[in-house]
Amino acid sequence: MKFNVSHIAKLANLHIDKNELELLSSQLTKTLTYINILKDINTENTPNTDQVTGLKNVVRDDIVTSSFTQEEALLNAKDSYKGFFKVKGILENE
Amino acid sequence: MNTLTLTEAIENLKNKSFSSVELTNACISRIQNTDSKLNAVITLIKEQAIENAEKSDVKRSKGIDLPLLGIPYVLKDNFSTQNIRTTASSNVLANFIPPYNATVVQKLEDAGAILIGKTNLDAWAHGSSTETSDFGPTKNPWNVGYLPGGSSGGSAASIAANQAIFAIGSETAGSIRQPASWCGVVGLKPTYGRVSRFGVVAMASSLDSPGPLTKTVKDAALVLKVIAGHDPKDATSSPLLVPDYANNLQNKKKMTIGVSEDYFNSVDSQVANAVYKAIEEFEKKGMLIKKIKLFDPKYAISDYTIIQRAEVSSNLARYDGIRYGNGRDMFGEEAKRRIMLGTFTLSSGYYDAYYNKAVKVRTEIINDFNKAFSEVDAIVAPTAPTAALPLGATKENSMFGELADVLVEPSSIAGLSGINVTCGFTSLGLPIGMQIIGPQFKEEVVLQLAHLFEQNTLFHKQQAKL
Repeated sequence: MKFNVSHIAKLANLHIDKNELELLSSQLTKTLTYINILKDINTENTPNTDQVTGLKNVVRDDIVTSSFTQEEALLNAKDSYKGFFKVKGILENE
Repeated sequence: MNTLTLTEAIENLKNKSFSSVELTNACISRIQNTDSKLNAVITLIKEQAIENAEKSDVKRSKGIDLPLLGIPYVLKDNFSTQNIRTTASSNVLANFIPPYNATVVQKLEDAGAILIGKTNLDAWAHGSSTETSDFGPTKNPWNVGYLPGGSSGGSAASIAANQAIFAIGSETAGSIRQPASWCGVVGLKPTYGRVSRFGVVAMASSLDSPGPLTKTVKDAALVLKVIAGHDPKDATSSPLLVPDYANNLQNKKKMTIGVSEDYFNSVDSQVANAVYKAIEEFEKKGMLIKKIKLFDPKYAISDYTIIQRAEVSSNLARYDGIRYGNGRDMFGEEAKRRIMLGTFTLSSGYYDAYYNKAVKVRTEIINDFNKAFSEVDAIVAPTAPTAALPLGATKENSMFGELADVLVEPSSIAGLSGINVTCGFTSLGLPIGMQIIGPQFKEEVVLQLAHLFEQNTLFHKQQAKL
């Protein structure tokens, strides 16, 4: 099976240069071939492991604690406007 | 002074043989004199460290004592440090100044330790060489033509070069043990959940385990005691009490050590021989050696690759250049490869065949270890298939990390505890590491066995000549 780099790059929100396409595709196809050996292991009746130490339903008491101030939260933002993060427009007016 | 172990440094500070300012200055000078050769430290923290050392000397003069009061340490640069740049060695975070401390950092600060530098790593901790860092590769202090391993390569090299008294790293699968092995230092990978992940730049959240890199086993025990424990900010951190590891280093019973031949297949003969000799040493000291059969580690590589890439793609999705950091165009080659593979294995139509299969195989690997630990107390194996490889070794192989970590990935997948100790040197004078793997939350066992070995051998006394 060949790895479809352009399609996955779109899903992953990554820009891949044309000259990277070929190499990435061949590297990822090779990796896929390698990891396919898991098929050797029968897991028909095996449950999933999502948490290795067996913790379940971890909750905390519903107590409000202090967090970042608005100023601290914005410290690393490239662009802000009146105390908010400024983001690029998603919808455009025709 | 900078060459002292943590245990020795604590004693000397208590006896007032020297001050924390003197010790901190000695370590900072060592960084300044050696780091042009090594590139282990990305950010040197000088003025603030000296200021903190002065404060800790004042505290001590007032009779205040804390477990790590006045001890200078270095920290892998994927731990958030308040008002100090935290890059994860990626250009995406090249200018990121966190407004908060990681829990590990806070605990060390509360215990009196002094941060003097933030160390290099593979970008995002994606790798086993420190060669994929956007800040250039770190070099191995034993031979600067060789790699230090990774991803905590900066921390391992820094300790091997005596730039600090101890270091902190993080391991997802091998990132503490493997560089410790290549740089000839002790590296302890605690059980998943033993140490809080809060404030560590997330790589694979079901695997990430912060831990110490030190000059001796006792030093690792001392640091683990400080950084371990439940943290309300990390729901996966364990509520189990933290034992006093350092005062519990003498093994009280005869232990059984498991040895699996599959962990010696395709291992360099010098490495295999050194580890076999170490196993004989354990036998001489009265331990029982038992042959066991474990899953071939090659399955863990595939399993780890799927689970880790999936979690990477999810964790790195947050980097959009809006709230902090630069845009996604700044990701390097390795990060892009990992995000792409993870996105693929989680994508509609492939999820069942890859991710869902991998979390089932993960159960099989855990069961396999559980079966082994019903017969043995710990498992001994080489940490890595080879000693350090030359600079540039990662260039041709996009699976380099996985192959270098083949022997540590199975235990990481199962969330086990493990430690690397030096057990020999190659004909080129490069360190050889052995790992001792224990069950979950049995750090005492791996520390006891590692301590026993260290007490009866001299490998840890050898110093890299820079």
